[in-house]
Amino acid sequence: MTHVLDPDALPGATPAVHAPLPPYDDVTRSDAAFRSFLHGLPGVDQVGAESRAAQLGTRSIKTTSKAWAIDTAISMVDLTTLEGADTPGKVRSLAAKAKQPDPSDPTTPRVAAVCVYGDLAGVAREALAGTGIHVAAVATAFPSGRASRAVKIADVRDAVGNGADEIDMVIDRGAFLTGRYLDVYEEIVAVKEACGDAHLKVILETGELKTLDNVRRASWIAMLAGGDFVKTSTGKVTPAATLPVGLVMLEAVRDFRIATGRQIGVKPAGGIRTTKDAVKHLVMINETAGPDWLSPDWFRFGASSLLNDLLLQRQKLRTGHYSGPDYVTVD
Amino acid sequence: MIGNDRLAVRKTYKLYVNGAFPRSESGRTYEVTDSKGHFLANVAWASRKDARDAVVAARGAFAKWSGATAYNRGQVLYRVAEVMEGRHLQFCEEVAAAEGLSSSKARAAVDAAIDRWVWYAGWTDKLAAVLGGANPVAGPYFDFSTPEPSGVVAVLAPQQSSLLGLVSVLAPVLTTGNTAVVVTSRQRPIPAVTLAEVLATSDVPGGVVNLLTGDAEELGPWLAEHADVDGIDLTGAPAGRAMEFEREAAGTIKRVVRPPATEPDWSAEPGLSRMTPFLETKTVWHPMGV
Repeated sequence: MTHVLDPDALPGATPAVHAPLPPYDDVTRSDAAFRSFLHGLPGVDQVGAESRAAQLGTRSIKTTSKAWAIDTAISMVDLTTLEGADTPGKVRSLAAKAKQPDPSDPTTPRVAAVCVYGDLAGVAREALAGTGIHVAAVATAFPSGRASRAVKIADVRDAVGNGADEIDMVIDRGAFLTGRYLDVYEEIVAVKEACGDAHLKVILETGELKTLDNVRRASWIAMLAGGDFVKTSTGKVTPAATLPVGLVMLEAVRDFRIATGRQIGVKPAGGIRTTKDAVKHLVMINETAGPDWLSPDWFRFGASSLLNDLLLQRQKLRTGHYSGPDYVTVD
Repeated sequence: MIGNDRLAVRKTYKLYVNGAFPRSESGRTYEVTDSKGHFLANVAWASRKDARDAVVAARGAFAKWSGATAYNRGQVLYRVAEVMEGRHLQFCEEVAAAEGLSSSKARAAVDAAIDRWVWYAGWTDKLAAVLGGANPVAGPYFDFSTPEPSGVVAVLAPQQSSLLGLVSVLAPVLTTGNTAVVVTSRQRPIPAVTLAEVLATSDVPGGVVNLLTGDAEELGPWLAEHADVDGIDLTGAPAGRAMEFEREAAGTIKRVVRPPATEPDWSAEPGLSRMTPFLETKTVWHPMGV
């Protein structure tokens, strides 16, 4: 495993030059302009969003549709382990599971990615070589994001150098909540630049943003700054990926594509544990952003225990009887 | 001042799953009548998804319940008998209505049911001594065997004896450290619902007992096939279906208690026959002589 942290290579002095896509190319010209743009976004009707999300959650998805939903959801999983106690062995066993989620049924689809801390990205890359499964690494002082920008950039470069082709960054919630939106924006721009060819997922940590209006604003900051995905949460804070938050983010990516032509992916993460939750999200994608997003390229589930429940439900559909935790892996 | 025109507060009879009283996921209910056919109540009609949820709850509760000391389990089960005693009158009325018994016979059945709990409560810390032991082996080992609970046990409760029969099949499952998913008598579920209220208020951890009112014929196959159920008691299985359930249970090598040809006289001394089926013997070879 090689580390590429080179203190001399840190970009401290040169600020990132990046203009958002038209027609938004001038909204970041100043702090005041950016703030008035973000506060000028349509307000979110919280009660309406909650009831819409709840209503979409009541759709009944059965038989062949359910089988399709389960396989689609499995192919969208970012199989995640983000513990202080992670070891190379655990990452390798997770990679083995990503390649073949259910050894008793080879027709089970592979997951989209394995998500680990940056220092273990090399292990994951090696274990997943040639499979087409992505290696996602969390970076930028995950999960708090409380470090200087130089350290965050170095963190990203290190993870990319170790073999990650997707970077999950956290935004600076402190800056966001104090209204320094341009700081948040510039940081994402700088991280995106440090990513090189790697995809960038921007974690908003919606549980700390408190309101759905803030979720919409943060989503727009991330999209304008060039993020490839907006992601709800780190998984370390509750509430995490609730349905109303997902709804607001899906509306944001839909509106952004209509305005700019660029499609951004969405990744709810944290708190999605059951097949039912996953299916609710799939229904919501289809009804909010549209079927273009129903693909692992544009939608991911950040989860660790979700995959096991999907596999149990899949076994139930295949065998006709309920399965149990003895028939899937412990982690 | 409350006059005679006061509206009685009617009870909603619900399931007991994971320490809570949910309605059936399916929203279904069915009518229960007394022995003469008069309407008694609408009770929740459990679906296979309720059974699935109950198994998840029972699995979740297993580690704590089986890990509790035998002494502690005995105390908790004795506490169940204490709380039942406080509901004595209610049980008598419900058993009399369900089974069409005279008040003195209903009373005898309830007394016997409470005594049965106490009897089983006393067994928790004696099973290891009676069923386990030190084994003489030809080698430098201390070799001993202990009975261990199997896990989640599905119980199809007797269809006739609404309380004494229920207690007689449920208590041995709990005594041995297993957790239970019980499908009650279809026509006589009301004493079981009251027993659920007793269990909910007597230190039995949520999920250790899950009571589903409904049809053993409908739920039996799902429980018999369920890969996360370790044993099944077919006592209340509908006539003619037990062998089919047993065959389904064989797919995941469950422990099975076959139903008797006719429902037995539950007042007889039960012996160990209902406890041993859901125990597995663990034998340890411990090196010695160092």
